[in-house]
Order: sequence, then C-alpha cells, then structure tokens
Amino acid sequence: MALLQISEPGMSTAPHQHRLAVGIDLGTTNSLVATVRNGVALCLQDDDGKVLLPSVVHYLADGQIVVGRKAQSAQAVDPRNTIVSVKRFMGRGLRDVSHVETMPYDFVDAEGMVRLRTVQGVKSPVQVSAEILKDLRVRAERSLGGELTGAVITVPAYFDDAQRQATKDAARLAGLNVLRLLNEPTAAAIAYGLENASEGTYAVYDLGGGTFDISILRLSRGVFEVVATNGDASLGGDDFDHRLFCWILDNAGISLPSDRDARRLLMKAREVKERLSLDESVSIRMTLERGDEVDLAIDRSVFVEITRPLVAKTLKPVKKALRDAGLEPGDVKGVVMVGGATRMPHVQQAVGEFFGQTPLTNLDPDTVVAIGAAIQANVLAGNRAAEDEWLLLDVIPLSLGIETMGGLVEKIIPRNATIPTARAQDFTTFKDGQTAMAFHVVQGERELVSACRSLARFELRGIPPLVAGAARIRVTFQVDADGLLSVSARELTTGVEARVEVKPSYGLADHEIADMLKAGFENAREDMELRGLREQQVEAERVVEATMKALDADGDLLNTNERAELDAAIASLRATADGQDSRAIKIQLEAFNRASNEFASRRMDKSIRQALAGQRIDDLRI
Amino acid sequence: MLDLKQDYFALFGLPTGFAIDMDRLEQAYLDIQGRVHPDRFAHLSDADKRLSMQWATHANEAFRTLKSPLTRGQYLLELQGVDPAFETNTAMSSDFLMEQMEWREALGEAREAADEEVLEDLSRRIRHANRTLIEQLGEELDQKGDLRAAADTVRRLKFLEKLQHEINDALTALES
Repeated sequence: MALLQISEPGMSTAPHQHRLAVGIDLGTTNSLVATVRNGVALCLQDDDGKVLLPSVVHYLADGQIVVGRKAQSAQAVDPRNTIVSVKRFMGRGLRDVSHVETMPYDFVDAEGMVRLRTVQGVKSPVQVSAEILKDLRVRAERSLGGELTGAVITVPAYFDDAQRQATKDAARLAGLNVLRLLNEPTAAAIAYGLENASEGTYAVYDLGGGTFDISILRLSRGVFEVVATNGDASLGGDDFDHRLFCWILDNAGISLPSDRDARRLLMKAREVKERLSLDESVSIRMTLERGDEVDLAIDRSVFVEITRPLVAKTLKPVKKALRDAGLEPGDVKGVVMVGGATRMPHVQQAVGEFFGQTPLTNLDPDTVVAIGAAIQANVLAGNRAAEDEWLLLDVIPLSLGIETMGGLVEKIIPRNATIPTARAQDFTTFKDGQTAMAFHVVQGERELVSACRSLARFELRGIPPLVAGAARIRVTFQVDADGLLSVSARELTTGVEARVEVKPSYGLADHEIADMLKAGFENAREDMELRGLREQQVEAERVVEATMKALDADGDLLNTNERAELDAAIASLRATADGQDSRAIKIQLEAFNRASNEFASRRMDKSIRQALAGQRIDDLRI
Repeated sequence: MLDLKQDYFALFGLPTGFAIDMDRLEQAYLDIQGRVHPDRFAHLSDADKRLSMQWATHANEAFRTLKSPLTRGQYLLELQGVDPAFETNTAMSSDFLMEQMEWREALGEAREAADEEVLEDLSRRIRHANRTLIEQLGEELDQKGDLRAAADTVRRLKFLEKLQHEINDALTALES
C-alpha cells in the first residue's frame, strides 16, 4: 500500500503549487524525458509505452517532420533527409566532425557550425535537435497535463562552450525554459548517490553513443562535488559501429556502397554490436541494392580485437582526470557505468582492470542520466522537499583563455575550476598611440591558439592613446552555473567597456532564434504573440509569488517606507500582468527587479550570516 | 552589510593568518555555498539570480584562494600591501636563481629521457621541496612577520608550481 505523504507545515509547496519540471537527456542515439511525481523520479513513456526516443529526425518533401522510431525506419530509404546522431554536429564546424566521408548528408560548411541541406531547406544542428526536444516536450505536457515550468537539459561534461550554447539554443527553440544545463555524469551521480546514500570518492564512466566523459566526484553529507572531469566529445558507441561497418565492408569485399546501403550496413553493424554483448558469435546476412550478397559471421573475440584501440582511448582521459584530482585508481571507492555502450563486456572488463574493482552496473545505463536530471529539475523549479537539501558543485571541463602575441594562449580560467567562477587578467597595448584592441577568446588545453577552439572575437575601442604598455585593459571572464562564458573588457583609466556573450561565432544570434520560432508557428502569428504574452505573465506571477514568500519570511528587513514601495511595485506589476501587453509586462518586470534588488541583497546577507552562525554553533558543540 | 569586497577570512569567519583549520574552512564554504548557490535561486527573480551568481562566484574564488597554501600566502601579502609581482620582480636572491637553474636542468634531462620513472621521481622531489617551503612561509607570515622573505618564498613556490605543471604535461604527452 502506498503511504500518504504529509509535509511539515511551510516546508514544501502545496500540491496545487507543484511546478511541472522535467529532466531531458538529449542523447546521440536516444533521448529521454523524466520527471519527479509524488516524490519518485520516473521516465515518461510515449503512446507506445516506450521511454527511449531515437534521436532521429526525418524531413519529408511535403513539409512534415517525423521524429523517433518512425524516422529511424526511414533512414535506409531516405538517408539524405533523415538526420541521425545530430549531437555530433552541435557547435561543430565540418572539419571537427569525424567520418564525414561515410555520412550521406549534403553538408553546408557555414561559419562556425556545419549545416545540412534537406528537402525542407538548410537546417542547423540546433534546429534538428530542437525537433527532438519538441517531441519530448509535447510528450511531457501530455503526460503531466500542463505547461512545463522548465527543464534541465543534460550535456556531456566535456562539451565546450560552443556545444553547450548550441544545446541551450535548441531548447529555447523547442519552447523550453532551461532551468540548467547539467553535465551527464553529474546527473548520473545524483541519481546513483541519492539512491544508494553513497559517501566517498566515485568515478562516473559515461560512454554514450557519440561522447565519452569521465568525472571524479566527492560525495559527502549531501554534497556532490565534482573534483575533475575529462573526456572525448567525439568518441562513443557510434565509433564501435563504424569499426564493425568497416570490417564488414573489408570482409565482404565491398568498396563503395550506395548511401542507402551504407545506412543499412551501419544499422546492421549496430545490431550486431548489441547482440555480441550477449552472444559469442553472430551471423551477418544482407542483400545490397546492386545484388551483392553479404554473408559473414563474426566472433566476439574478433569484435573485441578490432575495437580494442577505442576502449584504450577512453582510458587516457580517465588517467588525466585522476591526475587532475590528485588521485590514484585505488582511491576510487566505486565506478558508476553510464551510457548504453558500457553494456559491452570488454568495456566493463577494461574499466574493472584499470580501477582494480568490478564497476557498478546496478542502474539502467540508458535512463540514469534523465532520472538525475529530473531530480535536479524538481529542485530547481522550487518543489524542494526537506530531504532535497543537497548541494551540487560542478566544474568547467576545459580551460578558457585569450590569444596573445605570437598565437599563444593566456589561460584565464583553468579547467576543473568550480562554477560559477570569474577571473580577470590585465593586458596592455603593443604600440604607441594604440586606441583599439582585438580579443580572441579560445577554449582548450594547448598553448597554441590554432590547437584550441575559437569561441569569439571582439574589439575594445576608445582606449586613450598612450605609449605602448601604459594602458591597462582588464579582461574579465565569467562562467555561469550552466558552464557558459561571458567576457567583458574595460580600460581601467577611462572606464571604456566592451562586453560579449560568447555567442556569435558558434551559437545562433538572438534574432535568428526569434525568426526560427516565428517560422515554427507558420501562419499562426497570433499564437506566437499569445505565447510570448503568456510567458511574460507566468514570469510575473512567479516573481510576485517568490517575493510575497520572501516578505513573509524576511519582511522585517525593510522599514515601513521601503515596505510600502515594494508593495506598490508588486501591485503595479500585478496590474500590468493582468493586461494583454507583453512588452509592458516585460518593462514592468525589469522595473520590479530594480525595486526588489535591495531587499534581495539584505536577504542574501542575512542568509550568509546565518550560515556562519550555524557553523560556529557546531564548533561549540564539539 | 556583507559585500563582495570583503576579506576572504572574514567571509568564512576565520582568523586572518597562514595557519588555517582546513575542516572549518571547508565547512564554512559549504554552508555559505549551500545558501547562495544558483541552484537555490533558479525559480526566483532575475535580481535574486544575479545576486546568487555573484555570491557563489565570490565564495568559490575565496575558497580557492584560501585552500591552496600558495594562493593563501599570496593573498595575505596582498592584504598587507605587498605585491609579490611574479613576472616583473627581478630582484630575486641569487640562491633562488641557482636553484631555478638546477630544477630546470633536472626537468630538461627528465624530459629528454622520456622516462615516466624519472619524471615521477622529479615530481616527488618537487613536492618535497614544496612542503618545506610552505612550512617556511607559515613561519615568515605568522611568527616573524617578515613580508619580504615571505614574498620571496611565494615566488619560489610559484616557480615550483609551474615546474610541476610542466612535468604533468610531459607525463601526459608520454601517455599519448
């Protein structure tokens, strides 16, 4: 019998205030959506009762867009318009993508991110991903019976800024309010750690369809602290398929298969790979378009042999992460296995040998990331229960820096810095009378700019003309809790400032997203406006509700005048939100934020003082 | 009112000094981060979110600075108006310069040998030298109050840290 839960008065929100929030694992091969219902995290099913949505999008000539299993079955028939593993293209240029030669797409090498020409026009990987996310959003809204407050979207821990930004853009395009981008291994650690009440140092080995991550975490007293992370953003189960695909071509004596045959053979390779995790030997039979026959059998030992270099390749980032954490393999208490590719016995064996212990495989490697994301989404949406008082401290995977003279990189934020973080570095002019300075922001570990990823370029103008080396230009990098960077530069004597969200060179510009959103609503322009209005109204409601709650708890921090001013601000925000003018609500919201800033500061101050006071009391007790 | 310019020791309620109670530092950091972290403010207003990010950033920077003996020593010097000026200070003791040359030579040989054992051994020697210097820095800052000597020690530690990075890079290069 299910026990009825009764919360402590004032501790959790009343049932009618429960906000609908989901966690989404946007995977290379499959995607999932999960939520917390009645205190239990679970994956949501589609109409056929399936939780896995194949990350495949099919663009049809008649304007239809099909996502998932149906699209998957179209890939052998219409490979050019059926996009699989689109995650590999997120935030990437054409030259960053491996195996392009065997891919049946019509690539367009646009600046920054590669694009794909389909029967419905040129599509960016962001748009393709947004179709997958939309499908999951609709599934969730149907299943939960309402509009979503927000979503946590997971990304590989080793994703760089461009890839993270692309993912966030895709979510916005799908009409989702992104509560947080969460690293996949961290999400798995939350699900695993909470389930097993784990304490100590854990490694999460996450081999997905197209990406590999290793994260080392310290779990203690409700704190999940990522100590170090490493990985390979283009290594995954797909590569095992590809090795097997090449082996089939070699052994069947096929040199240049057609696009359709290539797709069928790749699908076959994946199937064979999966069966080899269970069977010692698998036969491969297929008739190709030109009548060629494939009739082969492969033993597991052969598969293990041809993919050994791939398994070995995963262990290099593992060693680096351990070194960064200052740990030996023996210091790790448990190794959590995540991602479908960790089902392969030889992967488990190699990881077991490296760490000297049997890896933990008791959680479903396909769903654990979505489950962890759902738990986090529930907390972030404000549905916090007393037992959810845990803290998550994550890191940035790759160093961030600025190009200096001679094509060298000056690192500003080192990898594995706990986020959010900010660092500043002063630069100076190179020539007498120099009045402008160009900045090139890069990410990566190498010393040469050319070996790092270029994130953005911007200029600071209006520097006072001085002798070389006299001006002081302070460049500040700020990385937020999503791991996203913004950069500002300021000349210290004059205060001239330039600021850049690190977006333009890889992400989509805001107006591009707006255009795409509009296009998505096609002829229903009113829908779009209505949606915009509704979003502003929800935001206003949320802010008013949060402020009222804060006033209940901390109203004494304001004097009578201040209280009256804030009450007036609430009243006018409410009045505007009742109207139909979304722009007016937006302006009123901004005004309200300014009015409530002082109150927010005082509450923060009080909260920090309480934290310190609590700590001193603990000390006395000892 | 607490502000973001406040000294890191005060932020964590710790006495200002090089000797530090690590458990207390960590606990204070987690207690504060538990209250200011952006995950606690994701459902609140933009004003709250912005404040939260500023404070969480500040707490991370403060914790990072105080946790490592080198940055803690450097910070204590800065609080007292001494800038160890790593790049520009040329008035280094001749001992230190000699020592630098010896370490550099050892690193060059280890790199040339491309031998993991040799590199690991050098890494151990650096860690040992590091420990000795940290003890010395504690005395100079907390007991003697000799800021000039402390600045010199901080520079030495900084040099060793850089060396250690280079060894790690060399080790990583060997593996790939």
